[in-house]
This record gives sequence, structure tokens and C-alpha cells, in this order.
Amino acid sequence: MNWEFISKYLPLYEKAAWLTLKLGLLGIVLATLVGLLCAAVRYYRIPVLEGIVRIYIEISRNTPLLIQLFFIYYGLPKIGIRTDPASCGVAGLAFLGGSYMAEAFRSGLESVDPIQSETAYALGMSRSQALRFIILPQAAAVSVPAYMANVIFLLKETSVFSAVSLMDLMFTAKDLIGLYYKTTESLAMLVGFYLIILLPVSALGNVLERRLRYAGFGA
Amino acid sequence: MPDLGLEVLFKGKNLARLLGGLWTALRISLLSVAISLPLGVLLGVLMTRNNRFVKALLQFYLNFIRIMPQMVLLFIVYFGSTRAFGWDISGEAASVIVFTLWGTAEMSDLVRGALISIPRHQYESAEALGMSKSQTSLYIIIPQAVRRLIPLSINLVTRMIKTTSLILMIGVVEVLKVSQQIIEANRMSSPNAAFGVYLSVFLLYFFACWPISLLAGRLEKKWS
Amino acid sequence: MDEVILSVKNLVKRFDDNTILNGISFDVRRGEVIVVLGPSGCGKSTLLRCLNALEPIQGGEIFLNGQAVDSAAKDLTGLRQQIGMVFQSYELFPHMSVLNNILIAPVQVQKRQREEVRAEALQLLERVGLREKQNSFPRELSGGQKQRVAIVRALCMHPEVLLLDEITAALDPEMVREVLDVVLNLAREGKTMLIVTHELSFARAIADRVLFIDGGKIVEQGKPADFFDHPQTERAKQFLRTFEYESVK
Repeated sequence: MNWEFISKYLPLYEKAAWLTLKLGLLGIVLATLVGLLCAAVRYYRIPVLEGIVRIYIEISRNTPLLIQLFFIYYGLPKIGIRTDPASCGVAGLAFLGGSYMAEAFRSGLESVDPIQSETAYALGMSRSQALRFIILPQAAAVSVPAYMANVIFLLKETSVFSAVSLMDLMFTAKDLIGLYYKTTESLAMLVGFYLIILLPVSALGNVLERRLRYAGFGA
Repeated sequence: MPDLGLEVLFKGKNLARLLGGLWTALRISLLSVAISLPLGVLLGVLMTRNNRFVKALLQFYLNFIRIMPQMVLLFIVYFGSTRAFGWDISGEAASVIVFTLWGTAEMSDLVRGALISIPRHQYESAEALGMSKSQTSLYIIIPQAVRRLIPLSINLVTRMIKTTSLILMIGVVEVLKVSQQIIEANRMSSPNAAFGVYLSVFLLYFFACWPISLLAGRLEKKWS
Repeated sequence: MDEVILSVKNLVKRFDDNTILNGISFDVRRGEVIVVLGPSGCGKSTLLRCLNALEPIQGGEIFLNGQAVDSAAKDLTGLRQQIGMVFQSYELFPHMSVLNNILIAPVQVQKRQREEVRAEALQLLERVGLREKQNSFPRELSGGQKQRVAIVRALCMHPEVLLLDEITAALDPEMVREVLDVVLNLAREGKTMLIVTHELSFARAIADRVLFIDGGKIVEQGKPADFFDHPQTERAKQFLRTFEYESVK
């Protein structure tokens, strides 16, 4: 292990990690919004929109992010839709993640027995009151583990960002390997930085899941 | 009608080359699937056994593989192995190794999940009927576990197919590489080829994965 | 005991081609306790769900204090506040403590003062023997305890009439009593109730009137003593016989 090399190029990785994290989080926030919207459309069975959402979910879940990015970055400009690498990465992550988030939210909503809302109606609650006080709190608790799994999944997926020439961690590692042949050091830093990003998120997911299971409601 | 660069597909052998590229990717994923599934079953069963050492070892393997992006794993095997052992493995071999390591980890977790999801009283009532341990496994536990497992492992296959797109990044010839070559070769005659070609690649991946996902979804509904 | 508060006229309920209720008519007077009996699948529970507009109806009318009850009613939530309902499966809200289960509707729907409702809730919990469980969560309670909380939750809305849908059907036998005792006390206080149950001796003890439903119609009705001791129709006789066992020794 060449420590001099590591300390020299550490700042480069640090910069790349921030980029990964920044674009990743932005993509996750957008994916969450897309997911909420799609889950609501499917839960309330809104005509026409429901069909569109279904098609979107199938397409998004059955194609790889890398291909989605290539299409957005290299294909779309030919019909006049141009994006810079950063927005392309975020858009791709939102397109991919939206469908995964939608499924996480939908399974949460559907896990609440319809008789719970009927009970709320029988107590005189309106639809929105039943949703706010009875359905959403229960659905959210069920969705959390799947949501956290999706967050980790999407953060990992950012590793293909270098394909649209974003200078992320993979890009940096590949660059250094190609330039200096310091493979071990470059790979060690790559693994290290991904662990720094992903381990806390994974630990948070575990804590939340355990909390919800024990402090949770059970039947 | 704007020029969408679709005509380039029908020029010469371009479509055949694209499909050939997809086939390379598909071959790599199918080979990895074929190795991962049995290995995953084995590890999954081992994980439900009560050997502390084996359990800890498998847990470490599983956690490391699952937390790392597959791209990173691919880099480690492709670049790292050359450096560490002086092997000069081909991109294709490296991808099969990585996808097998990853697929095995995912599969073993699915198997473990399916096994522990079977309620205790299923074991107990089988024993109460006088069945031996192997009879209990054979007639009661395995059939139930397999039903839970099949839709999930079919889903794993689509995930592995999607993941093979990554091998472009270490230079194995497959769909993306081929499409870049086609676009490059037709830069003058059809400047918009990028749209048509990437759309086709997009659709090729979609139609490779979608039927498999549909099957998994249908089986899941039928057996749940 | 002569003021009619709930009136059902010629009620028809269909699921697709399947007619569940076919022309049901009856009145419920203030303070009256009506027990609805009938074989499984005769539509007793569906009847209660219709009365609360949880099911749309295909014919007939339901009036609560002169106001029409149906799923398109203008003030549906207002009407529902006057009809309390307790379900077989308790349906406490699992993410709320016992006290919050009881408070949520009076406070959020009726906009009553939290402190005032809390005092009332605690008093009611005391009466059903669960005051010390006010901060427990539903999963920590037994079935009988959950059902008593569900009754208190319904009562705290001050409903005009209480609908009880097989509230002991999911309970262990030794817990049935603790729940039915609560209901007997409510009857003594003059609560208006419509009860679907399979507990015949309870039905006989509590009912002012028995409705026997079969095939989607009211086949027989009357005072419990008459119905149980001298059923008029063959179908009622047959139904009552299914609860008897002959000695095999």
C-alpha cells in the first residue's frame, strides 16, 4: 500500500464522493415525489393516469439505469432535449427510482385493511380525515423498510454516472488506475468511500426497521 | 416526420449486430444465473444451520457483496485480480465471476428468507404426524419454500440481466459497445442515429426483462 | 319508548346478481334493543353495514331521525356520528394508544374539547374495568379487552343508536361474558341498540324484539319469549334446533 499516493489523491475522491452524494440525494428526493404521486394515482384508481403510471412502472423497472442514462444523454438531444451530465444523472435516478418508490408506498397503503377506513367512516370521519389519522400513519410504518432499501439501491446505482462523464467515484478510480497503475490503492479508496456513504444509511435502515417492528403495532 | 435515425438499424447487418450484442450480455447473465441459483440454495440452507463460524463468514460475504455497487465489484475483480495475482482475466470471465458472486449472495438470502418464513407449527405438526426430519423437509417444508422462492428467483434473473449492462464499462463487447460502433460508423449518413440506436437498445433490454417480470408477478399472485 | 329514531323501508341490497337483502322493513324506537338472528350468510351483517352507509343500497330507504341515510347523503359524516358501530374484529387503530383510539373522533370530528372528552373516556373505561389500560397499545390487550375499548370508543361519540356486529364471534368463550356484561349494562341504561349475535341466551336476555332473517327477508319477529319458546315458522324452528344437542349416552 502506497500511503503517499493515497494521501495525495484522497481529496480527489472526496470531491467525487460529494458529487455522488449530492446527485444521489437529489435523485432520491425526486424519486420519492414521483413515487408518492404514482402510488396515489394507483391507490385511488384514477382513470387514464392509472394506465400511464402502470406503463411507466413496467418500463422503468425492466430497463437498466445505464441504458436509461445513455438514452437520455445521447439519444434525446437528437430530438431536441438536451441535458448536462448532472441533470441527466439526477433525471435518470428519478426515472428509475420513481417506480421502486411507488411500489414501496403502494404496498404500504394496501397493507392497511379496508375495514380500518370503514371504522374511521363509522366514527364520522371524512375521507381526508381517515387518510390522515388512520391510513397514512399505518401505511408509512409499513413502507419504511422498503423505502430505506430503495434509498440504498439508488445510492449504489449512482455508480454508473461515470458513463455520462460525471466525475464520480468510479470515474476517479478508473482514471487513477489508467494513469498510474496504482490499482490496489485506487480500489481501496473506492471501496472505502462507498462504505463511508452506504454503511450509515444501511445502519439507519436497520435501526428504523427494528424500531418499527418492536415499538410497532403488530396485530 | 423528423429524422429519428431509425433507418440506420436496417442498414447492412446493424440490427443483427445489436441483437448479437444483446446475446453476449444475455449469455453472461444466463451463465451466472445457472451457477448462482444452486450455489445460493446451498449457502441459504447453510445459513439456517446453527454453526456460528459458518454463519458469521456467510454473513460477512453477504453483507459486503450487497452493500457494494456491482460496478465496484466488477472493478475489483477485473482490475484488482490482475494486480494481486497477475491473472489476466478477460472481461467476460470477470463479469461472470462478479455476477455469480453477487447472484449467489442474493439467492442465498432469498432461500434463507423462504425457509425461516415457514411457521414453526408446520414443522411441529409434521413431527406430530410421525414424520422423520427428512420426510418433513421433503413433503412439508421444501414444497412451501419453493413456492415462495420461485417468483423471487425469477425476479433475480431480470435483475441479473439488467446488471449485465454494466459490462460495457470494463470493455466487454455487448449491446452498448455495438451501438456506439454503429453510431460512429454512420455519423455522416445519419446524424441522428444515436436516438434510434439507443431507443432500440432500451427496448431490447425491456423486452428481454419484461416477460420474465410478468411471469414472476403472475406466479406470485397465484401462489400467495 | 315510542319515538321512532331509525326507520328501514323496503331495503334491497344486491352484490351483482346476488340479492342479499330483499325488502327489509322495520322501525327502531328510542331505548329499544333489537336482536337480529339468522343463519350464516343471511345478510345480518350486511344489514348493519347498510344502516351505516358502508354499503350502497339498491332499493328502499333508511331514515335516521327523519334524515335519509345513503352513501350519497349530504351530511353523511354527520349522520354517521349519530350511528355507533362495533365490528367483530374490534378494529382498534393499532398505531394509537387506547385513550387516543377513543379521543381521535370526538376531538377531530366533533371538535370537542380534548380535556372534556378525556374525562368522559376515562370514566367509561373505568366502568368497563380498563382504566389502567388507557396508555396501552391495542396489541397489548386481549380480544375481550379490545372489544370493550371498541365499545367505549363508539359510546364516546354519543350515538343515537349503536350497531353491534357479532362482537363476540372472534372471542375465546371465557372472554365473551366480560363483553356481553358491558352490553347488558348499556341496555339497562336505555341505550338504543341493534345487535347481530349468535349468543342465543344473551339475545333472549337483552332483546326487546327479535328479528329473524332468512333468504334476505324478515321471516319472523316478536318478543324473545315468543320467538324462542313458540317459533311460528318452520325455518325459525329449524334454525333454533341447530343450537341443540341430544345426548348420545
